[in-house]
Amino acid sequence: MTPDNITPEMFAKLVTLAALELTPEESEYLRTELNHQLAAVKELSEIQLAEGVQPSLHGLDCQGNPPRPDVWIPFANSPEILALAPESDGAYFQVPDFRRSDEEAK
Amino acid sequence: MSSIQLSAYQIAQKVRAGELSPLEVLDEHLKQIAAVDGLPGSLSPKPLDPGEEAKVHAFIEVSADLARKQAEQVQARLERGEDPGPLAGVPVSVKGIFCVKGTTTTAASRILHNFRPPYSATTVERLEKAGALIIGKTNLDEFTYGSSSESSAFQPHPNNPWNTERVTGGSSGGSAASVAAREAPLSLGTDTGGSIRQPAAFCGVVGLKPTYGRTSRYGLIAFGSSLDCPGPLARDVRDAALMLQVLAGADPKDSTSALAPVQDYLAALQEGVKGLRIGLSRDYDHITYPDTLTGEMSVQAIQPEMNSAVRAAAEVLAGLGAEIVEDVPMPNARHGIPAYFVISRVEAASNLHRFDGVKYGYRTNKTVPGLSELYRATRAEGFGLQPKLRILMGMYVSAAQHSAQYYQKALRVRSMIRSDFTQAFDPRGTYRLDALLTPTTPTTAFLRGEVMGDSVLMQYSDQMTVAGNHAGIPAVSIPAGLDPLGLPIGVQFFGMDFREDLILRAAYAFEQATQNAEWRGVLPQVLRGSEVKA
Repeated sequence: MTPDNITPEMFAKLVTLAALELTPEESEYLRTELNHQLAAVKELSEIQLAEGVQPSLHGLDCQGNPPRPDVWIPFANSPEILALAPESDGAYFQVPDFRRSDEEAK
Repeated sequence: MSSIQLSAYQIAQKVRAGELSPLEVLDEHLKQIAAVDGLPGSLSPKPLDPGEEAKVHAFIEVSADLARKQAEQVQARLERGEDPGPLAGVPVSVKGIFCVKGTTTTAASRILHNFRPPYSATTVERLEKAGALIIGKTNLDEFTYGSSSESSAFQPHPNNPWNTERVTGGSSGGSAASVAAREAPLSLGTDTGGSIRQPAAFCGVVGLKPTYGRTSRYGLIAFGSSLDCPGPLARDVRDAALMLQVLAGADPKDSTSALAPVQDYLAALQEGVKGLRIGLSRDYDHITYPDTLTGEMSVQAIQPEMNSAVRAAAEVLAGLGAEIVEDVPMPNARHGIPAYFVISRVEAASNLHRFDGVKYGYRTNKTVPGLSELYRATRAEGFGLQPKLRILMGMYVSAAQHSAQYYQKALRVRSMIRSDFTQAFDPRGTYRLDALLTPTTPTTAFLRGEVMGDSVLMQYSDQMTVAGNHAGIPAVSIPAGLDPLGLPIGVQFFGMDFREDLILRAAYAFEQATQNAEWRGVLPQVLRGSEVKA
C-alpha cells in the first residue's frame, strides 16, 4: 500500500486552498494519484546534496536581461481586453452583485 | 507534385522565386487536412465511426481564413517586388497554447474554450512577419499537462499518423501529428519536460527544444515558467534550423528571454561533424522507476531498439569524423522526474490561479452565494482532472510545512542535474563534449488508453528528456529508425547553452548520411496509398 500521506481530511483542506470543488469520484482518483506522486518524489529526500549546492530558479547560470525601465506602455486596444470578460461595463470587469445579509456583514 | 511533399525550405524558396503561389500552397495543405484530419477536437464530441477513429485529429481549429489573408499578403509583397521573408508561404500549425490573434486559444481546456486573445505571442508574430501562414491551432494535453495528448478537453484527441491506434505523445501531440501527416511542414510547440521532443520521436519528426530564454515566452499560456520553451517541429533538420532562426532572439516583452547573439543555424549545418566530440552515457540506457505502491525505485530496461538506435547513430557519426566519447557519467539524470514532479507542479499551481471566471474564459452558470463560490464552481467545471491534480500537488509540496522537504530540495537537485551537463561540456574537463547523444524516449508510441489515468507512469515517459529542461540546455530529437512494429524511434542530442548550432550540425550530418536508409522510405500509415494522388 502507498503510505497514506494525504489523508481525506488533509485532502479536503487542500481542495479548499486550491479554490476547487470536487465530486466524490474526482476526490477518490485525485487523492490516490497524489499519494502515488508523493511516493515517486520520496526519492528526493534520500538524495545527498554535495556541499554548498544552491537552489536554481532556472537552469541557466544567471545572465538574464538587465531590468528594463519601468515605463507604462498602454495596450493599444483595451476595450478588446474588456470584451473578453464574461461581464463588464466597458470600463471595469464585473462580477455578480453578491448581497450579504446584515448578519453576515458583521 | 503537391507542395505537401516539399519541405518548408523548398516551399519558401519556390514562393520567393515566384515559382509557387502561396495560395496554391495553402489550398494543397487545406486539402490534405480535409483528407486525413477528420473531425476537429470539440467539447461535445460525437461518437466516432471506424473511419474517424483512423483519422489524425491534429487540430482543434483550422484557421483557413487567417491563413488565406496571410497568403494574400505574401502574394502582394511579391508583386511589389519585396522579399516576403524566409518562411514565405509556408503553412505553420501552432499548438493551442499560444495566443494567436484571430483564433481561439483554448489550451485544450474548457476554462478557455471561448478565449480569443487580443494579441499574438511574440513567436507567432515572428513567424507571420517571416511570411508564414498560420494554418490552425493544434490539439494538446489540457494546459500541456501530459505526455500523450489524450487529456485534452477537446475530443477526439490526436492519433499517431504512423498507427492511429497509438498516441502521438505529448503534449505537443497535435503539432507533431500535423507535421508527420503533411498537414503542415512546420509546427510551433512548447517543451517543459519533453513536450516537443517526445511527440516528435513518437511521430517520426524533428523536434527542437531551444535553450531556456532563446525563444520568447510572451503570449504562451504558462505551465512551468522556469522550464517552458517554445520551439519548432519539422520533417527535417534544415527546416527546424530555418524555423528556429525566425523564432530566436531577445524580446523586450519577456524578461527571461536571452540577449545572447543568435547564430546562423542554416550555415552551421554545412560544417559537418568532423572533430565534434559526441558523448554516450550509460545513465541513459535504462530508467529508474518507482513502484507506485511502495515508492521503491527499481531499474528498468528501456525498449532495446532505443539503445541500438543510439549505437547505430554513434557509428554513423564516427564514420563522418566525430569523436565518440563513451561512458559519460550523468548520475543525476535519474532524479529528473522526481524534481520535475515538484518544480513543475508548484509553478503550474501558481500559474493556474489566474483562471477564475472573471477576466476571460469560462464562468459557471450556477447561482452562487459569493465570490469565492464563483471561483470554485468556475474552476471545478472549467478544469479537467489533470490540471486539478497539478494544482493540488503544487500546493501540497510548496506549503510552508513541506517546502524544505520538497520544493527547496528539488531546486537544489536541479542544480545537480545541471552540474552533470556542465562537467560533460566543460572545455577544460575530462569529457569536453559538444553534444550528448541519448534515446529520446524509453519506448516507442504506446497504445491509446494504455497509460492514461496513471499520472506517475505517464510522467516517466519524459525521463530521457526532462534533464534538459532542468538544466536549461538545448536538445533536438530526430528520427533514427523504426521498431519491429513499424513505429518511429527518436534519438536526441543535448548541447550546451545557446549552442543549438552544434546539435543541429550533428543532427543534420546523421540525417544526410542516412538519406538512403531503408526505414526512411517507409511512410506513416495515414499517407500510405496517397502518394499517387499527391
